[in-house]
Amino acid sequence: MKIIVCIKQVPDAKDVRLDPITNTLARDGVQSIMNPYDEYALEEAVRLKEKFGGEVIVISMGPPQAEEMLRQAISCGADNAVLISDRSFAGADTWATAYTLEHAIKKIGNFDLILCGKQAIDGDTAQVGPGLATRLGIPYMTCVQKIREATEKGLVAERMMDDGFDVVAVDYPVLLSVVKDINEPRVPSIKGKMRAKKAEIVTFNAQTIEADPACIGLPGSPTKVVNVFPPSARGERSLLTGTLDEQIDQLVEKLLPYL
Amino acid sequence: MDYFLSEEQQMIVDTARQITDERIIPCRAELDEKHEFPRQILNEMARADLFGVPIPEEYGGFGGGCFDIVLTVEQLGRGCIGVGTAFSANFLGVYPIILAGSPEMKEKYLPDVATGKKFGAFGLTEANAGSDASGIQTTAVLDGDYWVLNGTKQWITNGGEAQIYTVVAITDRSRGPRGASLFVVEEGDPGFSCGPKEKKMGIRASSTTELIFKDCRIPKDRIIGRPGTGFITVMKTLDLSRPGIAALGVGLAQGALDIAVRYAKQRQQFGKPIIAFQAVQHMLADMAIGIESARSLVYAAAKHIQEHPKDMSKASSICKVYATDVAMKVTTDAVQVLGGYGYMCEYPAEKMMRDAKILQIYEGTNQIQRNVIGQELNKEYS
Repeated sequence: MKIIVCIKQVPDAKDVRLDPITNTLARDGVQSIMNPYDEYALEEAVRLKEKFGGEVIVISMGPPQAEEMLRQAISCGADNAVLISDRSFAGADTWATAYTLEHAIKKIGNFDLILCGKQAIDGDTAQVGPGLATRLGIPYMTCVQKIREATEKGLVAERMMDDGFDVVAVDYPVLLSVVKDINEPRVPSIKGKMRAKKAEIVTFNAQTIEADPACIGLPGSPTKVVNVFPPSARGERSLLTGTLDEQIDQLVEKLLPYL
Repeated sequence: MDYFLSEEQQMIVDTARQITDERIIPCRAELDEKHEFPRQILNEMARADLFGVPIPEEYGGFGGGCFDIVLTVEQLGRGCIGVGTAFSANFLGVYPIILAGSPEMKEKYLPDVATGKKFGAFGLTEANAGSDASGIQTTAVLDGDYWVLNGTKQWITNGGEAQIYTVVAITDRSRGPRGASLFVVEEGDPGFSCGPKEKKMGIRASSTTELIFKDCRIPKDRIIGRPGTGFITVMKTLDLSRPGIAALGVGLAQGALDIAVRYAKQRQQFGKPIIAFQAVQHMLADMAIGIESARSLVYAAAKHIQEHPKDMSKASSICKVYATDVAMKVTTDAVQVLGGYGYMCEYPAEKMMRDAKILQIYEGTNQIQRNVIGQELNKEYS
């Protein structure tokens, strides 16, 4: 079984500030971590490998320092890592990112399963997974909370919904994005850390993946960020009290003027 | 203080630290309250390779020495010495096999210990044989191709949870200590059972039971080393494992200091944090002095033991006594710094103080350690 896990380096959410002048994320001096949702994706991949054998390849598009996170992924059980890094990838939105990852994965070749975190905690879009699957022409399932069974041919998984979950059966190749209920990521092992230290991290640049320069980085991104700003302080708030029925009556009264 | 650890040693420390912070500390209070054995945490430690630290490389471990195991258990001790005791006692059970087992015996047991698949326990103490090991009543008699064991071991850590038990039994009573032998008894052997779990003052996450042998028949090749060598192997095992107990003390004391300093910075009385008062400051300073000197001593003793396997006893006893006495004092003072809160079960300080006491008692009381040190001095100056 060949599993590709897409991971992203993000600023540690415990330490996020906005630069008051530029209104963009202040990244100086902020520690980078593996996107927490991606840790669950990686753990699930390693568990599947331990059951069925095969290979787990982690890939990440990012600056050269993302290599450290890829090594961390190897210490957690990944077999190989690919860093997709090129100055021309900078400023990519979710469309350009999905394009870039698609080309990198095609370069890697055949796979059975792609696992992603539900979303990255910096952009919070949850678009790259589905975008990537669509570009690759394979089915995808988002918000997977459990893989019930997996075989050599396909798997049955639970997709978290607002009011419960769907049970979906699907054949490979498929892309799943996972939520944190799916597992508890392991503590990296000593042998894993030793392996990670020695591991060779392959780097793909724009040329390696034969990317069209018009489709990558900022120029390839249809999204233009016009302004980023901290939300203004919230306006008037009030707490409704009384029985549920009384509260509903009060709420309706408050909402009526806006209809 | 920087102890200039190698990259591998730092990896061991980081791994044990992460397990401690993320897995042990969040559930230590619950394990303590429920007297619950930390099976899941130990599985996690196994998956992180910590059980392989002292197992020779040819049997799937890292071939680490006394110092590496000290670094590991120090971290665990910072979280919970109940969990740390379960981990350490596993090796106490396995050291006799490493020290004196046949290659076949090592091949049979050690790889499974390194991966955490099998867990060890050490059966020495009996109702009438604690500090005085010559009082051992348990016997082993050869009957054809089997040894037949009879007797009861008391207060055995990991009892009922381990799969591999190394047990001391008398094979020739006429020879005194030279008539004791060591055996491997496996979970499920006919005639072997464990008593109910004892209720304890502290280290409640660890399991403590009797081991009961009633005509327990085990194959002839389960003897560790030759008949009559049991007592020597036991002494070497304890010399080797005692720095681990000392390291649990260092870790425990460090955990208590961490809590005491954080509390003293935050607790306001008379308009200032209590760390601003010299009476409190000096207590914290004395705690830090004790911990750092204990740590330096334990590290030095562990390295000495690694390099001088024939001259372990004195260093082993010195570090055990000092570090565990420090742990008792520091945890008691931590409760004092926290005042009323320190006495409440809601805060971890009282558990640390309850836990600390066992360190001065088990694996040879601190009084017996002083005897050993005294006897060694007597020999050195003769």
